[in-house]
Amino acid sequence: MAIELDFAAVLTEWPLLVKGVAWTLGLTAVSAVLGVLLGIGCAWVRTQGPGWSRPGVAAYVELIRNTPFIVQLFFIFFGLPAMGVRLSPEWSSVIAMVINLGAYSAEIVRAGIQTTPAGQIEAAMSLALSRMQTFIWVVLPPALQRVWPALVSQIIIVMLGSAVCGQISTEELSFAANLIQSRNFRAFEAFIVATAIYLLLSIATRATLNWFGQRFLFGGRRG
Amino acid sequence: MKLSKRLALSAAVAASLLTLAGASHAQAALDNIQKAKLIKIAIPTDFPPYGFVGIDLKPQGLDIDMANFIAAKMGVKIELMPVTSANRIAYLQTKKADLVISTLGKNAEREKVIDFTSAYSPFFQGIYGPKTISIKTMADLAGKTVAATRGALEDQELTKVAPAGTDIKRFEDNNATVSAFVAGQTQLLATGVSVAGVMMQKNPQLNTEYKLLLKDSPNFIGVAKGEDALRTKVNAIIAEGKKSGDIDKMAQKWLGRPAGQLPE
Repeated sequence: MAIELDFAAVLTEWPLLVKGVAWTLGLTAVSAVLGVLLGIGCAWVRTQGPGWSRPGVAAYVELIRNTPFIVQLFFIFFGLPAMGVRLSPEWSSVIAMVINLGAYSAEIVRAGIQTTPAGQIEAAMSLALSRMQTFIWVVLPPALQRVWPALVSQIIIVMLGSAVCGQISTEELSFAANLIQSRNFRAFEAFIVATAIYLLLSIATRATLNWFGQRFLFGGRRG
Repeated sequence: MKLSKRLALSAAVAASLLTLAGASHAQAALDNIQKAKLIKIAIPTDFPPYGFVGIDLKPQGLDIDMANFIAAKMGVKIELMPVTSANRIAYLQTKKADLVISTLGKNAEREKVIDFTSAYSPFFQGIYGPKTISIKTMADLAGKTVAATRGALEDQELTKVAPAGTDIKRFEDNNATVSAFVAGQTQLLATGVSVAGVMMQKNPQLNTEYKLLLKDSPNFIGVAKGEDALRTKVNAIIAEGKKSGDIDKMAQKWLGRPAGQLPE
């Protein structure tokens, strides 16, 4: 018996899919912005921050990078209520994604910062820029430019990783696909559609972020 | 252009996957089982006392006993495959499992895609919640959050009968659903009587009580659509088990009461 494909059964549920795409993109957008900012902050601490603050950040980075995302998510959603912190599935997802991306992007950005030529910093110092000014205007933009492709990939990994947020009833794209297949048992079609949408989302996100980086972060308009 | 090349490649991969999936045969399940001397049965591990993982990390429960009973009567070895409510029917459709013995209730939607044997054990689903929340009718669910397992009968039933404004939170498996309720992430819980029983026993501090009946639905064994030879064989084994009292004994052991009258 050949499997008969019935995409119509899946596509008639398009409002669920649209909602799923909206949640996936929304979660990714918020966590990309906050996560990369967190990562930059952590990278600053690990390279130039005060000595007492470095072990704490190092511990955070190692803890997150060496545990599975789904465990972090479950800890926030199922674990924290035991301590009286009760977050909705959506907030739990955002926080887990920000914390996760923060740790990975900290290491990516740190790599970019550490490859800054010493002469560049010395030049900034000789122009009487403060340490903070040097970091924000002289060190960070070229550092980000160097690691931007890696950073964009990490953001896309986090976007694809958001698929597990459906496990705690966040209604993102995988949740939608799973819900559709559990209603009409068209598992194959539902996941083919979800796969195609994820592929398009990834390609579009990568293109957007590459353009965004060039245009706004290190496009050389700073004079 | 780079982008279109990448898309074309992805499309090619997807197309080859589709072709691969097309090859399987009708009515071959029973022959294959007897030839391989092995039956693959999908069972729950998140649904005590029907199927759960014991302290020795091995699955046990009524459904597992039933699976072993059928394998023994057929004289073949058994491979147990743990599944969740959401993926158990897909296991059958893709022939990863020969039978699904996983607290599977029968309804019209499911009968379109798989076949069912006779019933082998009793079951009902209800809505549970703390004594402090008053739920007298389905209309009282409006504005409340209810945890349910995605794709389980209670999810389908609740989706049908719940009033507008009911916030149904759907989780991947029963463990997650119960955990969400116990952690206070939802106000109410829609689940099977057995799951609720264990939850209440382990969390007396929640003061949970039975609120409403969702559906009375005995469990059936699922077989892939059109596998009539296998279905007839399993039906004969169930009928034999009912007559010999083995099925009553299993219900007594795990549910504390005999199986009673079950539909064919």
